[in-house]
Amino acid sequence: MSLSASDFDFVRQLVYRESAIVLDRSKEYLVEARLAPLVRQAGLAGIGEYVSAAQRGGRPAQMKIVEALTTNETSWYRDSEPFQALTKTVVPLIRAEHPEQRSLRIWSAACSSGQEPYSLAMLLSEEAGLRGWQTEIHATDISEEMLTKSRSGRYTQLEVNRGLPAPMLVRHFTRAGAEWQLSEAVRRLVTFRHLNLATAFPPMPAFDVVFLRNVLIYFDMQTRRDILKRVRGVLKPGGCLFLGSAETTIGVDDGWERLVVGRTSVHRARAVALAGSNGTR
Amino acid sequence: MRAMVIDDSRAMRLILRRILSQLDFEVTEAGDGAQALESLNGGYVPDIALVDWNMPVMDGLTFITEVRKRPELRGITLMMVTTESEHDQVVRALAAGAHEYLMKPFTPDAIEDKLVLLGLARTGASA
Repeated sequence: MSLSASDFDFVRQLVYRESAIVLDRSKEYLVEARLAPLVRQAGLAGIGEYVSAAQRGGRPAQMKIVEALTTNETSWYRDSEPFQALTKTVVPLIRAEHPEQRSLRIWSAACSSGQEPYSLAMLLSEEAGLRGWQTEIHATDISEEMLTKSRSGRYTQLEVNRGLPAPMLVRHFTRAGAEWQLSEAVRRLVTFRHLNLATAFPPMPAFDVVFLRNVLIYFDMQTRRDILKRVRGVLKPGGCLFLGSAETTIGVDDGWERLVVGRTSVHRARAVALAGSNGTR
Repeated sequence: MRAMVIDDSRAMRLILRRILSQLDFEVTEAGDGAQALESLNGGYVPDIALVDWNMPVMDGLTFITEVRKRPELRGITLMMVTTESEHDQVVRALAAGAHEYLMKPFTPDAIEDKLVLLGLARTGASA
């Protein structure tokens, strides 16, 4: 299925307007690949027809395009090092700095189909050092379709094959027909809600840790700066941020201290009161 | 790193060989558990064995049980790669001594994810 220049421009502008995600010309293949299933589903002959129908169909039809372009394939315990750093370094750091603390609140931003927040939930539920702690994981995404899927806790075989340790599969999942169902005990630890990172955040509680991985790369510099500033606003002082391995705060937002842990980095929010912060303590 | 692919399907051995070679593994093959044990007895000790469950002569579960009985083979990481996909079967394979379990069909990324998980590859090694 080929994409005309004017159709690509329409999609590019639509996605930027709704999500601030930048699609340059090199992403034409991505637009074609992501829209092809929608075209087939709608029974149309090509992407051009689909884009025209979306232009006439208004916001609901157009948001389907935005969802298709902002959803990313993901795996369990993706990149593994941040998860090790969380239990081996960040949790001990919180215990040392706040000996009275018995709760841990984490935000998994742009959680896609839920593998990251559920990976965190399984990991922390098995962490001996957190027995008796209250663990809350807040997961957000721009796609309502992904949020619905995530809430169900139901995954295909191909999905559970992607990085989920077999011992965790047997401890936390049961077979449900051709799929695998995550246990209620793990699902209870995670709350899902809609959030567009590119716009002002709704009122949120203060977080100890934020996972914002492989997301900033899709935004332009100003949007990255705005997002990092807003994330600082919802982190507790000294709270920790995990970014993707190809992402950094350096040269984007200077309100962070970088702590190297093994092959990954933890970014700690400097303890400075932020004007315009919308985090509640 | 050295990998042994144990599967009675030649096509599956070829698929796994290709994926593992791209991840810089040196790959050997065996058509069943008995052949694989013979190689191990001959002194060839891989870092990981990818083991099918259903094979003639000696099945994968028996192979894993046999390897786990021998302390000198403790260094081999064992991953079951099979069409068997019931919860109980994953439990049985882990109880027999498998470190990991991958269900067929799988994508090449799934193999890489498991190897990263087992500390035998780094993320993006095939990129």
